[in-house]
Formats: sequence, C-alpha cells, structure tokens
Amino acid sequence: MKSVIAENLTKTYRNGEVKALAGLSLDVEEGTVLAVLGPNGAGKTTLVRILATLLTPDTGSASVGGIDVVKNPDAVRQIIGLSGQYAALDETLTGWDNLTMFGRLYHLSGSASKKRAEELLERFSLTEAAKRPIRTYSGGMRRRLDLAASLIIKPKVLFLDEPTTGLDPRGRQEMWGVIDELVKGGVTLLLTTQYLEEADHLADDIAVIDHGTVIARGTSDVLKSQVGGERLELVVESHNLSAAVALVKSALSVDPTVDDGMRRITVPVSESSAALVKVLRLLDEAKIHPLDIALKRPSLDDVFISLTGHVAEEAVVEVAKKGRK
Amino acid sequence: MIQTIGDCLVITKRQLLQLIRVPEVIIFATIQPAMFVLLFRYVFGGAISSGVQGGYVQLLMPGIFVQTVAFTLAGTAVGLAEDMQKGLIDRFRSLPIARSAVVIGRTIGDSTQNIVTLVVMALVGFAVGWRPSSGFFKVFLAFLFLLAFGFSMSWIGVLIGLSVREARVAQNLVFISVFPLTFLSNAFAPTTGMPRVLQYFAEWNPVSTMVAACRQLFGTPNHFGATANSWPSQNPLWMSLLYMALIVGIFLPLSVRKYKNASSK
Ligand SMILES: Nc1ncnc2c1ncn2[C@@H]1O[C@H](COP(=O)(O)OP(=O)(O)O)[C@@H](O)[C@H]1O
Ligand SMILES: [Mg+2]
Repeated sequence: MKSVIAENLTKTYRNGEVKALAGLSLDVEEGTVLAVLGPNGAGKTTLVRILATLLTPDTGSASVGGIDVVKNPDAVRQIIGLSGQYAALDETLTGWDNLTMFGRLYHLSGSASKKRAEELLERFSLTEAAKRPIRTYSGGMRRRLDLAASLIIKPKVLFLDEPTTGLDPRGRQEMWGVIDELVKGGVTLLLTTQYLEEADHLADDIAVIDHGTVIARGTSDVLKSQVGGERLELVVESHNLSAAVALVKSALSVDPTVDDGMRRITVPVSESSAALVKVLRLLDEAKIHPLDIALKRPSLDDVFISLTGHVAEEAVVEVAKKGRK
Repeated sequence: MIQTIGDCLVITKRQLLQLIRVPEVIIFATIQPAMFVLLFRYVFGGAISSGVQGGYVQLLMPGIFVQTVAFTLAGTAVGLAEDMQKGLIDRFRSLPIARSAVVIGRTIGDSTQNIVTLVVMALVGFAVGWRPSSGFFKVFLAFLFLLAFGFSMSWIGVLIGLSVREARVAQNLVFISVFPLTFLSNAFAPTTGMPRVLQYFAEWNPVSTMVAACRQLFGTPNHFGATANSWPSQNPLWMSLLYMALIVGIFLPLSVRKYKNASSK
C-alpha cells in the first residue's frame, strides 16, 4: 500500500511569479523511506508543507495514509509527525516543558504526556538536558528534540525537512543514528535533503527534484551507477606522475584520467577501500609519496550534472554562504 | 468543545511557564508602568492642577492602568510574531487542535499576565497616595473592566503579530499606534488644553472612555474629560463596553482566519 501519494502538485507564490512546484508526482510505499533530494529552492519544503496540511496546492492532489490532505486535513494531522527545516520549539521553555506541552496538545493525559516525554528524552539522549531551556541547546540537540516532538503520538507517516542541514559532522552522525532507529521501528518516512550521501545512507528510495518536478527516481545504487560511482583521486609531484599513472593502471586494471596541470590522477573504483589500500601499498613500495590521495563519492552536483547537464546552482551558492559563516 | 478549551489552556499554561522560566520579562513589564506612576506623580503632579481631593495621583492612576492594559496588544503581537518566525505556529498548525486554540490561549495568557502587573501598580499607587473611595466591590469591578479591555486589545495584537514578517516590525507598529492613542486622551492631562479637533478625538477615544469609566468606578470625578458633553463622556461605561465588543467582534474572526492561512515565511 502507498502511504503517501502526490499527484501533479503545482504551487506558485506571489501571485504566480514564483513557481515552487510544477506538476510534481511521487509516492511512498508503506514502511519505507523516501529521500527527496534536491538543491535549495527545488521545492522540497513546499512539498512537505502541502503533505503536512500547512499549505494547499494550487492544483493536483495528495493523500497521506489514504486520507486526502486538502479535503480532510484534520484527519491527516492525527497520523502525521512533522519536523520542519528549522527546529520549531519554544526557546524559553525547557526540553521537558516543550515535550509535555506537545503531548497535551496531542490530547494525551497529563501523566501519559509526562511518561512519553521521559521516554523520548531518554531515547534521544536528552535526559540530562531536559530541565534546561532550549536556547542553551546545541544545534544537534535542538534538532533531536524537534524530532522527538514529532514522534509523540507514534505517527504513521513522518516528514523530516532537511533534518541535518546546518549540523556539524558529529550532530549529523547522531541524527542519522536516531533516524536509523526510527526506520527500524517501521515508520513510513519522507525526508528531504541536499546531500546524496545522506539520501544514500537513510533511504530505500530517492526522488531527485529540480525546479518543482521529479527528474529521477530510484534506489541510490541506480542513481549512482548513472553518475559513475566512487572515484579515487591521487595527486603526486610532477616527476612521479608517469610512474604513478602506470602503477595505478596495473593495480586496478582501469585507464585513469590524468590532469597534467594539477598532477592529478582520477580513476573509478568499485571496491573503494580495498583499492585505496592496494594503491597506497604499491606507491610506498615504489617510494612515491602522494601529495594527496582521497576517495571521492559522487555528490548532488555530480547527480545533477549527469541528469540535467547543469549544476545545482542554488546549492552551490548555499554551500558558499555556509563557508563564509 | 471541551477539548478546545483544554487546548487553549495548554497554550495559556505555556505562556505562564515562560514567565517562570524567564522572570525578567514580567519584571520589566511591571517596572515600566510602576516607573510611569512615579514619574507622572512627581514630575507632572505638581504642575497639573487636578481639582480633586487627594491630588493628581487620583486622576493619574486610572490613566496609567488603562495605558498599561492597552499595551497588552504589544506583548501579544510580538509574542505571536516570534512564534511565526521560529516556525512554532507551523508546528501548532500541524497538530490535531482547533484553529482558534492557539490564539485564544495566547490572549488569555496575556490577560493573566496583566493581573500581576495591575496588582503591582496598584500597590505602588497606594504607596504614593492613591486612595480609591468607592469601596471594595466597585474597585474590584474596575479591575475586571481593565482586564476585559486588555483582553480585547490583545485581539488587535493577534492580527498584527500574524501579519508582520518580523517581531521587531510588530514592536514598532504597536508603539507608533498605541502611544498617540494613550496620550491623545484624558489619561494624563485635561483635554481642554488640546486643539478643538483633538478634543473631539480625545473624547471618542476608547482610551478616554475607559479612563473615565475607571475614574467613575474608583469614585474620582473625571476632571480631565468632558469638554463637548458628548455621549461617550456622559456614558463612559457603556461606551467602553461597546468598544470592547466591537474590537473583539471585528478582530477575533479576522485573527482566526489569519491564523488558518498563516505561513512561516
Ligand atoms: N512564501 C514564499 N513566498 C515566495 N516564494 C517562496 C515562498 N516559499 C518558497 N518560495 C520560493 O519557492 C521556491 C521553492 O521553495 P522551497 O519549497 O522552500 O524549496 P526548498 O525547500 O527545496 O529549498 C523557491 O524559489 C523559493 O524562493
Ligand atoms: Mg527547504
């Protein structure tokens, strides 16, 4: 059974000036995870807001758990959990206050909402911070509490809008762990992300969207094979370049691409870490010291270039912005 | 229905919890009017001849009470604008609760906050010579009246808070609109000193009718009003009730509709 169905959704803002969704269709099988992957401005948040009944589409239809989101939003709200792009919590209250408040608003009794708050705090490793105001929390803690708040009634369908954007690597790892747990519990999950790696890690299925429509749909393996999988990149001093090229070629029996100016050798690899070890060992034996050696995973940009022939422009801008902060 | 009332109370409780977690807010919300009492009492008190027994402070206190509850709308507007900005309103809207619960809970919460503020101000007033002479029952009634006015003003705040993009805008909007309203009235000085046009405005101003009504309930003659002998100045209690009903009647449905369509961006 399909838990989420979106059919031909369109949505424009500012009286039609901005087209956020342009006939978007997708579905999520019950008990599975779909990652909606797209650059900034692709329409991810708009899609999530429509599915979570916060916004009505201009045309098209959508249902969650078999219930139409436009015709019967109240019933949809009973079965969904939503954690938006930015943590939506009362900053002045403590984690405990927030969770018990949301529990009461889901119409749990006083004692049931306390019990649920305790469980969730424990599960998300926030028990220690429970009595501190949210404004003292780190970004990762906020996101976890925000997620906890969306799980109060054990939703049938969960929406997570960019759950790790803005988190540091450690926060991201923790968030992934938490989401993995949830998925094992069998929730139906639709999450959005700008990172192919994240979609790959968390989701069964990926829908790539751009300018408000789905441009590719499939498992991460399918998408990656379209992009070309992982690559090994190696930079050496110029007098070692030809020797290194020969060495890589014999070790992996593939023709590497060579960038003479950058003295960089690039080669697609399948068993990536084994290949890395092998090349490193051979280099060492030949007394060639690499200036840089790394495994490169295909990024959202690679996916975009291969699917659309253009880079995910706004994503690039976004990354640049983050770098400046 | 019962569930909706319960939801409202959860939101109200949230606000009262905020006051406990960040007591600075209510402390400043109280210090400001208390300071006004002292400043007006000692700076203008000597200059403005009140013509009532017990001096200027008798006329001043009702004025400051009304000004303070009129500003309830600021707290409501800023609080809601912040909730919008932070995406909390979105979360509330994704919950299975009545459309009206969040905004009703908020206006009740802000009105409850007024109780604390009014009590503190009354004590400060008492300390500097304010002596209502009408007896306990009427004084109590006056305070209920003030709370009701605060509640109705709060609904204007809801609409402002949900309409602006940023909390700071709400703050400024409220100040430039409410301050003139409270000063173009009989709250602090006789309206007879104003230009003719403003006198009429002051007389019909809801702040004036509220102040006049409170003076009546506190047993103080309203020496600062009634230049044109208009109906509002003759019947301030009724006029004030009418104003409150009008404000709530207009702004409550507008606010609930706005809330329904509110989005965080
Ligand atoms: N409230 C709004 N008013 C005007 N334009 C908007 C609004 N919300 C989103 N947009 C525009 O719609 C497009 C899609 O936005 P969004 O759904 O937020 O994308 P994403 O979440 O993928 O970054 C963007 O071009 C964005 O600027
Ligand atoms: Mg977004």
